[in-house]
Amino acid sequence: MIDAFRLLQYACPLALAAIGETISQKAGLINIGLEGQMLTAAYVAMVATQDTGSPWAGLLAGVVAGVLIAILTAWFTVRRGIDQVVVGTAVNLGALGLTGTLFRSRFGESGRLLSIPGIPSFGGYAGLDAVTLGMVLSVVLATWLLTRTGWGLAARSVGEYPSAAEAAGFSVFRLRTQAAVIGGAFAGLSGAYLTLGVNQSFAEGMTSGRGFVAIAMVTFGRWKPAWVLAASLLVGYAESLQFALQLQRSDIPYQLFKALPYILALVVLVLAGKGGQAPRALGTAYRRER
Amino acid sequence: MRAAVAQGALVVFGLVAVLVGTLLAFGLPVGPSLELIGQGAFGDKFGIARTAVKATPLLLTGLGIVVAWRARMYNIGGEGQFLAGALTGATIAKFALGVAPAALANVAILAGSVVGGALWATLAGWLSVRRGVDVVISTILLNFIAIEGLSWAVSGPLQEKKRQLPLTEALPDAAMLQRFDPQTDLHSGVFIAVVLAIAVYVFLFRTRVGFRLRVVGENERVARVNGMDADRIRLGAMALSGALCGLAGGVEYVGIAGQLSAKFSQNWGFLAIPVALLGALHPLAVIGSAAYFGALFAGSENLARFTPAGSTLVYVIQAVAVLAYVALRSWKARPPAGESE
Repeated sequence: MIDAFRLLQYACPLALAAIGETISQKAGLINIGLEGQMLTAAYVAMVATQDTGSPWAGLLAGVVAGVLIAILTAWFTVRRGIDQVVVGTAVNLGALGLTGTLFRSRFGESGRLLSIPGIPSFGGYAGLDAVTLGMVLSVVLATWLLTRTGWGLAARSVGEYPSAAEAAGFSVFRLRTQAAVIGGAFAGLSGAYLTLGVNQSFAEGMTSGRGFVAIAMVTFGRWKPAWVLAASLLVGYAESLQFALQLQRSDIPYQLFKALPYILALVVLVLAGKGGQAPRALGTAYRRER
Repeated sequence: MRAAVAQGALVVFGLVAVLVGTLLAFGLPVGPSLELIGQGAFGDKFGIARTAVKATPLLLTGLGIVVAWRARMYNIGGEGQFLAGALTGATIAKFALGVAPAALANVAILAGSVVGGALWATLAGWLSVRRGVDVVISTILLNFIAIEGLSWAVSGPLQEKKRQLPLTEALPDAAMLQRFDPQTDLHSGVFIAVVLAIAVYVFLFRTRVGFRLRVVGENERVARVNGMDADRIRLGAMALSGALCGLAGGVEYVGIAGQLSAKFSQNWGFLAIPVALLGALHPLAVIGSAAYFGALFAGSENLARFTPAGSTLVYVIQAVAVLAYVALRSWKARPPAGESE
């Protein structure tokens, strides 16, 4: 259908977001605002690249945007203990409104066709570039970080039994904020690459649910970065089918292909059943006892 | 009572402050913008009708969110249930019109939308209760599936007879909800929504089942100790939530649009979440927050002279308002002074 490097490129934003989400979920944070982080980063990356002419500046700006939103989110959810779903929903809505408003006031109601320089690929293989390679490498790094370092152990304990971790001398506040920031950097890179690598353009609401699918990928991959990558590649492949099959099989409605990643994610969650591997304190606020 | 009034006044003040702040942040002239928004939302009978018509789907879906979230079922799927309701209604319209009298078809469409929305939400509820699938994720995924389903239906099985445009057949006037003034879009769905807000209030705060629903949401252990079947109550809350969101889709269909297109919903089911939150998940307060945001959506169309942003500006206002509201509420519950970090 499409070659391996193209698939890697196509699945890269989903995989990056999902790997970052794995780290933050391990520390007990479910980031419903992932979609909004990606969308904001995608917009910021486009503007920064257009203004500087350098896609690398765009990538950096995207990462910074992702981290800033993560800090904002963590202030609400970790510091103030406010419900993670409520904050994430507001972040998504705010990102949709902010990028839409800025985009329209900069480029007009419909937005003219934008084209910006993309990330250069290696050796003429489209899809093989610094970000896609970095993404694969980040799987190894994330696994090492979570399973082989003191920080990973502490973060995981915060995701399982925050009160026990606190009693053992770890700061739930600090560890969860750090995990959120790492997740935010991944989300920012993911959104920026969507603009600079996959589309080389920006459109309102262009993330079209990838952030939500990424959250589902974490459950699908059982909170293990390598499996999360595999899940993302599988769903990315299903998504890419729409382009290939749309031409060959006009008897099948193209909407079915567009819905396929969502259906696939849902079916997998149903089959996975009650996840025994889910961090026990996932999605719950920690309040220090006095 | 006086405390409630004082809190209400504070919320109103806060909402206006957020509106002004957002206008300033985007460099819009505050005075003229407010005047234009006010003109568009309340200036004449057209404005008032526009506000009421935009507030209606927000109120109905907002009530749906209230019912589910009160049982701690985080239904983010208002959008999908809204569309599932409208699609079921349009399917009934295709078969009922020409066979049944139009007035009867109207009732059948609305009833169908209730069932369609309820089923779509119950699917997510069932997956949560039986298979442990997080409602937040499943309802979001079901939203996207419903959006593609709508897009397929309006260019496939439900497409209009000439098969030229991706639209369903337009309903005859007799099958639409009653209108009060031929010049405006104001329809009887507004009153359906307000009556249902009162009904949901009575259900949640004046009936045994509603009480159980709230107990399950607030403290599951207390609920179980008292012999309540938490799973069944949660499933029921999802079904009722979906029914309300589905009805919103049906009312929008037979009240305003008269036909479905792929862009049938303007994010109503999604915007319902901030509406419900700013209404403190209280059915009667949600009437107020739906009216406020209905007015902003109606009035922001008037801002075209200054900015092409319009509705996206209202999204920002909603997001900022929700974050400010939850932050203030957490502050009241846990003053930062007593905190050590």
